[in-house]
Amino acid sequence: MEQYSLNLLFVGATFLLYIGIAIWARAGSTSEFYAAGRGVHPVLNGMATAADWMSAASFISMAGLIASTGYDNSTYLMGWTGGYVLLALLLAPYLRKFGKFTVPEFIGDRFYSPTARMVAVACLIIASITYVIGQMTGVGVAFSRFLEVDNDTGLFIGAAIVFFYAVLGGMKGVTYTQVAQYCVLILAYTIPAIFISLQLTGVALPPIGLFSDHVASGVPLLTKLNQVVTELGFANYTEHHSNTLNMVLFTLSLMIGTAGLPHVIIRFFTVPKVSDARWSAGWALVFIALLYLTAPAVGAMARMNLMDTVYPGGAQSESLKYEERPDWMKNWEVTGLLKFEDKNGDGQIQLYNDKSEAFAATAEANGWKGSELTVNPDIIVLANPEIAALPGWVIALVAAGGLAAALSTAAGLLLAISSAVSHDVIKGTLAPNISEKGELLSARIAMAVAIAVATWLGLNPPGFAAQTVALAFGLAAASIFPALMMGIFSTRVNNIGAVLGMLSGLLFTLVYIFMYKGWFFVPGTNQLMDTPEGWILGISPLSIGSVGAMLNFFVAIMVSRATAPPPAHIRELVESIRVPRGSGAATDH
Amino acid sequence: MSENPSNNEYWASNIRLVTYCLVLWAVVSFGFGILLRPLLSGIMIGGTDLGFWFAQQGSIIVFMVIIFFYAWRMNALDKKFGVDEE
Repeated sequence: MEQYSLNLLFVGATFLLYIGIAIWARAGSTSEFYAAGRGVHPVLNGMATAADWMSAASFISMAGLIASTGYDNSTYLMGWTGGYVLLALLLAPYLRKFGKFTVPEFIGDRFYSPTARMVAVACLIIASITYVIGQMTGVGVAFSRFLEVDNDTGLFIGAAIVFFYAVLGGMKGVTYTQVAQYCVLILAYTIPAIFISLQLTGVALPPIGLFSDHVASGVPLLTKLNQVVTELGFANYTEHHSNTLNMVLFTLSLMIGTAGLPHVIIRFFTVPKVSDARWSAGWALVFIALLYLTAPAVGAMARMNLMDTVYPGGAQSESLKYEERPDWMKNWEVTGLLKFEDKNGDGQIQLYNDKSEAFAATAEANGWKGSELTVNPDIIVLANPEIAALPGWVIALVAAGGLAAALSTAAGLLLAISSAVSHDVIKGTLAPNISEKGELLSARIAMAVAIAVATWLGLNPPGFAAQTVALAFGLAAASIFPALMMGIFSTRVNNIGAVLGMLSGLLFTLVYIFMYKGWFFVPGTNQLMDTPEGWILGISPLSIGSVGAMLNFFVAIMVSRATAPPPAHIRELVESIRVPRGSGAATDH
Repeated sequence: MSENPSNNEYWASNIRLVTYCLVLWAVVSFGFGILLRPLLSGIMIGGTDLGFWFAQQGSIIVFMVIIFFYAWRMNALDKKFGVDEE
């Protein structure tokens, strides 16, 4: 069977599965729509959380980012997993005990202020929309390659599918669809990695393969990789090159962002008990770790394979002739994500670091006039099975997996946005007497509008997948996480403190990002150069979320000290969410 | 409930447990993975050093252990102080 038909078959079959599940688990009540009726088993909830949270950025971009710089991008690995520790220890059990439907609802009640609730809604929508853009970009990349349609058509198909199962199923449909999506995406990620690990190191488990010996040369894989890349002027793969402060702040920003992202937090409202919320966070991390422990191996091995393809006899020998390039290069050239430009006209592909001054003399002696191959890091995972010449069904499976990752996260985010609009804005403020039916309808309309906005932004994306996503984490870190944490761990932080804290964290972070990335991400409107030299104190706009979070904590605590303490019934509320007993009663609405 | 001394003791034990866990969380990631990496550079593992392993895999494994340990200890504490769910 042709590759194209195989792709269609795999992608089509998985889509049918998701839609089938959505119909089977469609939501009839608001409790089912917002919180899946609170009957989800912690292990299943962990799996759904993993799919919800492992986005196009984790699946498609992350291994490519690690492959391109090696050690320095370990930040993504630690950041996107370390947040679960914060979530499990500081937030999940207490929010489950509080027992309402949305994050802004908690903030509004705890800080006894409708203003706080609306500020939380604004923070939630800004962070979630920024995040959805990254998912939609990922959907475009995956579709354009595997279904051989252009980016825009791919996006429209993706949006239609999400619309169908998220709008119909609500949290209940999304949860069970995500369990299926998790299975698809983890198989799609690990199967090619196992094959490649066997080919390169003879070890079946990729995380162990990464630290094993390279079969062809007999030296450890990482030693061999370091040797190959440094011979071509690239930075040593395992060494630390970036600014240490920035690396720490970026990791921290991803961690607290993970714990502050509303679509992840609301997953812990769906389990039956407080103790289940604790276990569920652990299970989520186990399922996430299956992918995250494989990713560094995929990154290093993909880099090794790419180097081997371009220099079949080693870095010192003749490079690949353009005419003899393998099919996968041809396939990806069509998408524009892989580019070859024969700068010195010798018909061969030269791939080296043309920015390295130390290497310039060697390049000139070889008659090279610049690196001729540009590989977008986003294609590393998707192209990996082709690079390693794996069977067609594996390639089709990866296509289905990439789409599962992007669609599951998009659905989770849209659900978080729609519950905030219908439950917090409409029912909570504008029309408190709305019927349950009316509330469900408004949730579905809000979701449809959110999908339309997300699709439009996906058509006009401001950056590539992982970067946009990193910005969303910064915004969530600076606004939502500190407010939730202070709401639980302090009885002294009051309404004014919380509101001013969230606003200062959010605005500070947004302005800092816009100054470098352009206002509302419009290119050319930035005031400062987005380069390490242009960053204030060397802090990248991607890392600024952790500074925004500290500002949030500082402002909230200082302002609260200067103003009246919260009333007695709020202190009682805080005392009561700190103990698990009685969580059942709290869920009754 | 704030008058109830056993609940305050419960909360204090919780804070203590959370603190220990978060110190470990910071040591394996920010510590071994980034800041203290030079200290571990002498310990070689599969073509690189232990710091690289912590940054790319070790910290994730420790994170999982921390969460399950916390969940197990907390659920035990809930029972000890009689605040678990019936």
